[in-house]
Amino acid sequence: MTAKLSSTPVGSAAAKPLPGPDPKRPGEAVFRGLATGAGILILVILALVAGFLLIQGSPALFADPAKLASQAYGEFVGWVLPYVWGTVWAAILALVLAVPVAIGIALFISHYAPRRLAQPLGYLIDLLAAVPSVVFGLWGSLVLAPAVLPLYETLNTYLGFIPLFSGQVSGTGRTILTAAVVLATMVLPIITSLCREVFLQAPRLHEEAALALGATRWEMIKMAVLPFARPGMIAAVMLGLGRALGETMAVTMLLSGSRNITIELLTSQNPNTIAAVIAQNFAEAFGLKTNQLIAAGLVLFLITLGVNSIARWIVSRRAQYSGAN
Amino acid sequence: MSKRIETTDLNVYYGNFRAVEDVTITIEPRTVTAFIGPSGCGKSTFLRTLNRMHEVIPGAHVEGEVLLDGENLYGPGVDPVRVRRQVGMVFQRPNPFPTMSIKENVLAGIRLNNKRMPKEEQDALVESSLRGANLWEEVKNRLDLPGSGLSGGQQQRLCIARAIAMSPEVLLMDEPCSALDPISTLAIEDLIAELKQKYTIVIVTHNMQQAARVSDTTAFFNIAGTGAPGKLIEVGPTDKIFSAPDVQATEDYISGRFG
Amino acid sequence: MTALSHAITRDSLTSGRLPKFATPVTAVAAAIVGFALAVLLAGGNLGAAVVIAYLIFLITMEIAARVVEGSRQAADRRARHLIAGAFLLALLPLGSVVLEVLSKGMARFDIAFFTQSMRNVVGEGGGAVHAVYGTLYVTGLATLISVPIGLLTAIYLAEYGVRNRLSKAITFFVDVMTGVPSIVAGLFAYALMSLIFGAGYKSGFSGSLALSVLMIPVVVRSSEELLRLVPNELREAAYALGVPKWLTIVKVVLPTAISGLVSGVILSIARVIGETAPLLIAAGYTTSLNNNPFAGPMMTLPVFVYDSYAHPGTDVQAYLDRAWAGALTLILIVMLLNLIGRLIARRFAPKTR
Repeated sequence: MTAKLSSTPVGSAAAKPLPGPDPKRPGEAVFRGLATGAGILILVILALVAGFLLIQGSPALFADPAKLASQAYGEFVGWVLPYVWGTVWAAILALVLAVPVAIGIALFISHYAPRRLAQPLGYLIDLLAAVPSVVFGLWGSLVLAPAVLPLYETLNTYLGFIPLFSGQVSGTGRTILTAAVVLATMVLPIITSLCREVFLQAPRLHEEAALALGATRWEMIKMAVLPFARPGMIAAVMLGLGRALGETMAVTMLLSGSRNITIELLTSQNPNTIAAVIAQNFAEAFGLKTNQLIAAGLVLFLITLGVNSIARWIVSRRAQYSGAN
Repeated sequence: MSKRIETTDLNVYYGNFRAVEDVTITIEPRTVTAFIGPSGCGKSTFLRTLNRMHEVIPGAHVEGEVLLDGENLYGPGVDPVRVRRQVGMVFQRPNPFPTMSIKENVLAGIRLNNKRMPKEEQDALVESSLRGANLWEEVKNRLDLPGSGLSGGQQQRLCIARAIAMSPEVLLMDEPCSALDPISTLAIEDLIAELKQKYTIVIVTHNMQQAARVSDTTAFFNIAGTGAPGKLIEVGPTDKIFSAPDVQATEDYISGRFG
Repeated sequence: MTALSHAITRDSLTSGRLPKFATPVTAVAAAIVGFALAVLLAGGNLGAAVVIAYLIFLITMEIAARVVEGSRQAADRRARHLIAGAFLLALLPLGSVVLEVLSKGMARFDIAFFTQSMRNVVGEGGGAVHAVYGTLYVTGLATLISVPIGLLTAIYLAEYGVRNRLSKAITFFVDVMTGVPSIVAGLFAYALMSLIFGAGYKSGFSGSLALSVLMIPVVVRSSEELLRLVPNELREAAYALGVPKWLTIVKVVLPTAISGLVSGVILSIARVIGETAPLLIAAGYTTSLNNNPFAGPMMTLPVFVYDSYAHPGTDVQAYLDRAWAGALTLILIVMLLNLIGRLIARRFAPKTR
C-alpha cells in the first residue's frame, strides 16, 4: 500500500522543486503547449493582416504617379483623400443622428421603463444588431430612400439657403444623408448597449442622495448618472464611430462611385467611402488597380485602429478610477 | 491506510510574505488532530501545505520538510500530483462536480486519472466509499442522479466518499462543517469518529467545542498581529489543552478572552 | 412663475400638479390636429403627420407644465417625453425592416428558390441553392478554424497565463481584432491567398479565412468569460484528488462550461453569417453551384442578395424579388441561430451553486 512519491531516487542532489504543475507529465506539456500556441497564433494573425496588406498594397503606395495614372486610379494620396472625407463625413453624420437617440434609449431602459420590461426592451433593440448589413442596404435603397424623398424636397424648398440643404435634390432619395440614417440604425444597438451597462452601474447611493434632496428624476440623472457615465458614453461613441467607419454594404448599395467632396446632403452628387469604393471596384480590378484598392484598405484599417485604441484607452482609464470589476 | 506526518520548522510563504513560521509537529497515524485558532492565524494555510495544495496559488512556496512516514513531500523530484493522491482533502463548502452523477462523483478521482477499472470493482468501490461516508443507505437507489441535487450535509458526505475512494493515507479537512446545519454537523462528527479507525485525520476548525468533541490531539495556532506570521503556540492531547494548557495564550483563547 | 402658480403650489402636497389624464388627452388631441394639418399641408403623408403631432404634443405639454407645475417639473416631463420618443423612434426602422423583408421576400420564398441556382438565368426563375450551399460551406469551414483556435486561446488566458505578460498582449490584440473592418478581413484573406496561389484567386476557403479573422475574437472573448465563471472550488476539488491540471481542464472545467461555450459559438456564427464585404472580396461570385471550397469562386447568401440588387439582368423586378427572398432567408437564419444560442445557454447550464 505504500506508493512511491518521487520518480527519482531519494537523496539525489537537485534544486528545490518549483511551485506549479509538474511539466514532466507529457499530457500536461502537450496541452499547455497547444493552448499557449493558440494564443501566440492570435498575435501572428494580426501581424499577418497588417503585413499582407502592406505587401500587397505597397506597389501602389510607392509606384510612380504616372504609372498609377495610366494603369490604376491615379496618384495615391490625391485619389484616396475624397474617400477619406466621405468615410469620415458619413460616420460623423451617422453619429450625430445615432448618439442622442442611443443615450435616450439607454436612459429609458435603465431609469424610466418598468423593471419587468427592461430586459425585453433591451432584446428588442439588440434585434437591430442581428440584421445583416446587406439587408439594411437593401432596405435603405429600396424602402427608405423613396420614403424620405418628400422630406428632402421640402427641406430643399424651404431651407435651401442653408448649405447643407442646398443644391439640386436627388430624384431617388439615395443621398449621403440616407446612407447616414442607415448607418445610424446599424450602430445604434452598439452605443445603446454600452451606455445601458454604464447607466445601470451608476452608484445607487448618489442617486438616492439626489432624490432625497427633492430632485426630479431628470435632475437626478443629470446630477448622479451622467457625470459618472461620461467616460463610458465617450467610449461607446468611439466604438460606434469605429463601426461606422468600417461599414461597407449599406453605403455601397446606396451611393454611386463618385468622388465628390461636398457637404450637401440632399443631392445626387455624393461622396463615397473607402470601404464602398473597394467593394464597388474590386471584382473588375486587376494588377496595379488591385494593389491600389488594397492600399486604400490599409488606410481604412489604420483609421479604425486609431479610433478603437482611443476608445479602449478611455475605458481602461475609467476602470482604474471607478474601482469596478 | 494511515501514515504518520512530521514537520520540522516548516515556513510557508506567499511570494516574499511569510504567512506561517517554524511549525514543528508530529501527527500520529489513526488519530484525529484538530487545528484551532483565531481567523487568519494560518491554520488553513498550514493544512494546505500537507498536500501541496497551497502551491496552486502562484508564488506560494515552503521552506522546511514535511515527512510522510519518513518520505519528504517536498523532496527533489517529488510530483505534487502524486502527493495529492495519497493525502486527500475535503473543503469548507461541498463541491461535488455538477456535471457528474453521484456514482461518477465518487469515482471521480479514479476516472479523472484515466485509470481503468472493471465494472464490478467500480460498483464495489462506490458502495464501500459511500458506506464509509455514511451515505450509502440514503442514495443507493439514485446513484445516477446528479450530485448537486443532494442537501448540504449529504453533499459534504459525498465529497468525503469521493476523497476516501482514493484510499488516501491521510485525510485533511478544512472546516468541513462550517457551511452545514447542526444536524448535518453532528452526522459528520460521528463519521469522523468512525473514519479515524482507518485514516489519519487532520481537521481545521474554528469551533472549539467541535475540536473538543472530535479530536485526540489539538494544535493551537495564533498570530501576533496583521502582517505578522502565524505560529504554532501549543500542541498536545485534547483533554490537556482544554483543561490545563501550558501556555497562557492558549488558556486565553480557550476561555474566550479573544478570537 | 406667476402669482397664480405661487398660490397653487404653496401649501398642499397635491396641488400644482397636472392631472393624470393630461398626458393621454394631450397626446390624442395632438394626433388629431397633426393628422389634420398633414392632410391639409402635406398631402396626407404619414411621416409628416406623426412629426407634426409629436411637436404639437411636446409644445402643449411644455406650456401646460410650466404654468401649472413650474419649470423644474416641466424640464422633467420634457426629458421623459423626449426619451420615450427616442425609444419609439428606434423601433421604426426595426419594424419597417421586418415588415418590408417579410412582405417583399415572400414573392420568391418558394421551392424553386431553394433548389435552383442562377446558372444560365438572366431574367425570371432561378434560385439561390448555390448561395445557400456556399454559405454553409464557408461558414462551416470558418467555424472549424475559429473554434479550436479561439477556445484554446481562451483556455490559455483563463487557466495557464493568468495575468502574465503574454496574456496581456493577447488580450490587447484580441481587442484590436474585434475592431477590424470586415472588408479589411476580406482583403487580408485575398492578399494572403494571392501571394500563394497567384493574383485573382478566389475560393470558398479564402472566404472562410476572412470570416475566421472576424470570428476568432468573438469566440475568445465569450469563452474566456465563461471559463472564468467556473468556480475555483471545482478546480481545487479535482487537484485535491490528485488530478493533473490539463485533465482538470478537459474533464471538469470544460464540461461545466460547455453549454455557455456552445451558445457562444452559435452566437458568433450568427454574427458572421451575414457578412457580405469580406466574401465579396475573397470568395467572389458565381452563378452555379460549387461544391469545392478550395477551387473557384463560391457564391454565398449575402453576396447573392447584393449581386441580385447591383447587377440585375434583363428583368429587374425578378432580380429584386430574389434579393428580397434572400434577405428574408438570411434574417430567418440569423434570428434562429440567436434564439437557439440563447436557449442553450439558459436551459443547459449546470447548477454550480
